Amino acid sequence: MDDLKSKYLSLVADAADEAAIEDLRVQAVGKKGEISLKMRELGKMSPEERQVAGPALNALKDEINSALAAKKVALADAALDERLRSEWLDVTLPSRDRRVGSIHPISQVTEEVSAIFADMGFSVAEGPQIESDWYNFDALNIPGHHPARAEMDTFYTHRGADDDRPPHVLRTHTSPVQIRSMEANGAPIRIICPGRVYRADYDQTHTPMFNQVEGLAIDKDISMANLKWVLEEFFSAYFGARVKTRFRASHFPFTEPSAEVDIQCSWVDGQLKVGEGDGWLEVLGSGMVHPKVLQAAKIDPDLWQGFAFGVGIDRIAMLKYGIPDLRAFFDSDLRWLRHYGFSALKVPTLHGGL
Amino acid sequence: MKFTLSWLKHHLETDATLDQIADALTDLGLEVEGIEDPAAKLRDFTIAKVTHAEKHPDADKLKVCKVQSNEGETQIVCGAPNARAGITVVLAKPGTYIPGLDITIKVGNIRGVDSFGMMASEKELELSDEHNGIIELPSGEVGETFADWLAANDPSKVDPVIEIAITPNRPDALGVRGIARDLAARGLGTLKPSEVDPVAASFKADLNVSIDDDTLDGCPVFYGRLIKGVKNGPSPEWLQQQLRAIGLRPISFLVDVTNWFTYDLNRPLHVFDADEVAGNLRVHRAAGGEVITALDDKDYTLQSGQMVISDDTGVESIAGIMGGAATGCTEETVNVFVESAYWDPVQIAYAGRALKINSDARYRFERGVDPAFTPEGLEHAVRMIVDIAGGEASEVIQAGSVPDTARAYKLDAKRVISLVGMDIPESTQRQTLTALGFKLEGNMASVPSWRPDVQGEADLVEEVARIASLTKLQGVPLPRMTAGVPKPILTDGQLRQQAARRTAATLGYNECVTYTFIDREAATLFGGGDYATMLENPISSEMSHMRPALLPGLLRAAARNQARGFMDMALFEVGAAFHGGEPGQQHNLISGVLIGQTAPKDVHGTARPVDLFDAKADAEAILSAIGAPAKVQILRGASDWWHPGRHGKICLGPKKVMAVFGELHPKVLSTMGIKGPAVGFTIWVDEIPTPKNKSATRPALAATDLQAVDRDFAFVVDADVAALTLANAAAGADKALIADVRVFDEFIGGALGDGKKSLAVTVRLQPKDKTLKDADIEAVSAKIIEKVTKATGGVLRG
Repeated sequence: MDDLKSKYLSLVADAADEAAIEDLRVQAVGKKGEISLKMRELGKMSPEERQVAGPALNALKDEINSALAAKKVALADAALDERLRSEWLDVTLPSRDRRVGSIHPISQVTEEVSAIFADMGFSVAEGPQIESDWYNFDALNIPGHHPARAEMDTFYTHRGADDDRPPHVLRTHTSPVQIRSMEANGAPIRIICPGRVYRADYDQTHTPMFNQVEGLAIDKDISMANLKWVLEEFFSAYFGARVKTRFRASHFPFTEPSAEVDIQCSWVDGQLKVGEGDGWLEVLGSGMVHPKVLQAAKIDPDLWQGFAFGVGIDRIAMLKYGIPDLRAFFDSDLRWLRHYGFSALKVPTLHGGL
Repeated sequence: MKFTLSWLKHHLETDATLDQIADALTDLGLEVEGIEDPAAKLRDFTIAKVTHAEKHPDADKLKVCKVQSNEGETQIVCGAPNARAGITVVLAKPGTYIPGLDITIKVGNIRGVDSFGMMASEKELELSDEHNGIIELPSGEVGETFADWLAANDPSKVDPVIEIAITPNRPDALGVRGIARDLAARGLGTLKPSEVDPVAASFKADLNVSIDDDTLDGCPVFYGRLIKGVKNGPSPEWLQQQLRAIGLRPISFLVDVTNWFTYDLNRPLHVFDADEVAGNLRVHRAAGGEVITALDDKDYTLQSGQMVISDDTGVESIAGIMGGAATGCTEETVNVFVESAYWDPVQIAYAGRALKINSDARYRFERGVDPAFTPEGLEHAVRMIVDIAGGEASEVIQAGSVPDTARAYKLDAKRVISLVGMDIPESTQRQTLTALGFKLEGNMASVPSWRPDVQGEADLVEEVARIASLTKLQGVPLPRMTAGVPKPILTDGQLRQQAARRTAATLGYNECVTYTFIDREAATLFGGGDYATMLENPISSEMSHMRPALLPGLLRAAARNQARGFMDMALFEVGAAFHGGEPGQQHNLISGVLIGQTAPKDVHGTARPVDLFDAKADAEAILSAIGAPAKVQILRGASDWWHPGRHGKICLGPKKVMAVFGELHPKVLSTMGIKGPAVGFTIWVDEIPTPKNKSATRPALAATDLQAVDRDFAFVVDADVAALTLANAAAGADKALIADVRVFDEFIGGALGDGKKSLAVTVRLQPKDKTLKDADIEAVSAKIIEKVTKATGGVLRG
């Protein structure tokens, strides 16, 4: 029996492939295999002999079966190793290209601004870009003869020859949205109004279309001091650094008192840094909403008061992200879009950062 | 508005420095736009004395001078003919920048002799064109700075020029005196009195002035005096210098005097050559069509209703805007009529705009000059004319009367804290208003006649806060409207635009923001370009019409990128397009274009030309992201800028179009300058129905452990049968059992013959309560074949 064992174990060890293993299996433990035949002989043995030979044969059978299985795995592993060795690839080849999209800075900054003001309870209001001159001017305390009308470089739309209404305008600011929102919702109200605005001006620093966000807060006792706090909170959150503001007296027909607002900045080697230094940069116009504007929007100025402000979205985008040229915002140069654009998944949030 | 520091000091007694004044002006709302300080460039020049001068050993025209400066004696080689011992000179030491030469002086060696600096001429210091010799000063101590010496001895040479921006509400600050008043109220000095000693009348004028009744609302008052025997000529030097400093050209005294009072007291005046005036003057409205040659030598045709001043022969002046050339003063003028009138701002604004005249007079009258000052302004001018040019003045001629602008508002001291948030004592508030010219009686503040902008109590608050300085304002937190975590604020539409935008970017599109106005050709191609959406005053023909769609802007952008060598691109925009010219006739769109290859060429063979199914997939992905229903119809018949056979509308019924995708029409592309084909999509965001169920809860997931079975079918159908029709028919065979039908193969022509195609679908059967048996599968298969055949006429491919 030991002969059988050593014979088959040796044969298994030498088996070259899976077919040889199968042949050996049949030869040794198959129905008519050598070991199976021996097992059949057990019946002819005496009980004493059988008690010795039986377990020994079974053990031999198990051992040979294990050896066959182990050899089978070893052969398969060897074959796999051989295959994998042949499957070498040059992994330095470039990957398949995936197109990468981008979000325009104006959209990104609009979302950033919305996120900050949403936290202070402002909702986002929108309105028509072609406006009646009443909503764009008269309701904002800019009557027909007011010099501000000429100074705003307004675009007018065409009027039919028989049409004697005042010409419509491309809104010169998003203030008409304030009026429409106050008309629709009354007071108290807190809104920001982002969007495209238009002025007939085109040079190094002006484009005939640009983007603005205005803010409006009307309540019983809102003061200019609240405005200052709101703006400082806004700029600090937006620029990610504590930003001081400086209010300077100014004039806008729709606010009274009015203030130009400067933000703290420094110029170092031609690089502007907001929120440090002792320089000031004019960025925003603001004031307490003029009683006549509230009246025009059907809000009683004896009961309600509040502030309004307006700031250029493109302007603050340029300041925050170091974008040099306003005109390039609207040129859709792929190089610019990819360089200054934002990842689709970089959604601005207050908890994740702006 | 420009003025010089010395001009300001003519009205303001002050020790404040230029910087303090500039900071205060900006803070007061009179924003300083620029300061030209001639002294700034002279700071490094000091006064020195030449103690010794002898001829240069090697040059006839050069002298070697010993010069005493505050740093001791130094040697300078000088070529000026007047360089000699004993004179007081202006010294530039080595390292000093010479503005007139644009060089910085270094230690030099001139023909073997060292020279330590330079003695300057007036031209080298940009003080004048004088360069025949170096400056010889009549006084001055060694070491004194030249700028200080000039300030003390020849101040006009170092008079800083300040330019400020004036907001439309502050006509009073269009005169130097008004600016001085603001500064005095701020505490930067005291306002000097400005009283005039009227010239006594010597005769009664033989000229009369009348205002037509229908013109009194535009010209309530008109004052004038005749001056006989004046001698016109160049203005005195100080007057010329002040005008030049602010950029005005001195012409002759009689002209300069009106310009000077315009800037000094915001009192525009007009001086007629009385000998050219025929008969009497009449203020009236133009009938329309009259032509006048104005002082700018241009002819203007007047419109009916515009105010004019005429003599017996016709119109001589465009009232409040510009005088006429015929009666203008010349060097020979000896008899003048000086006009000081008040013109209504609104009427002047409209007339000035219609005539397109931008004059100093119009600029001021349309903002509002002080009506009460009309007679006094006249006396100021007459006094100066008689004092300088001589002559005798007539009695005052007056027509109309000074309009009553008196009004008073209640000063509520608490309003400053409630409106602005600054705590300013009432006494300070009253003091401020008084300094600005308000008269306080009890708590009523009477508005000075030069402040037409003050129209209510809020204006009093503004004045008080402005003078106190808004820089002192401290922020106060704005309380939340409701306590706790703020509620979401974006509307469904806003959320959708945001989701659409970010989905498009995720799909590899670059977001563009293109101009809302486009050229007429592009607008017309995309269904716009009509009068309703046309601009009356476009900035260029490239920007003349409001866009009817986003695609033209994107295609123009694509063409620009192709021109830069970028041939493969995916661009999109989210924004408004315009279907009419009335407010609100705009709708929100999302459009994308794909051009070129899907990828750069690579070893994997990834790249292939983009096609409409790319655009369709992207449109579907965006629709899905913004919550559009999944079950849609795909219809043809979109606008004709699409390829007629290669586009589809994604619809909820024939009239509810949510999106269009497809290939752009080749003719449109070639007009837009695009090389090669382009595909794209447009989504009408507002057309997508908002889900009615706002609950966050999802329905329970109905997933079964029973195995799904896939079966493939191929049908031969007519070539024009839509795949979606076939798939929908198959799906309808057993709505409970069929989970999905997907077209996976299309084969056209070949052995099938012309006009035929094969469409293969895989149908997924998902049993819900028991495992499918062969008989079940065969039953539903038969039903699928029957339904498809009925709907499409197709037969199962053998």
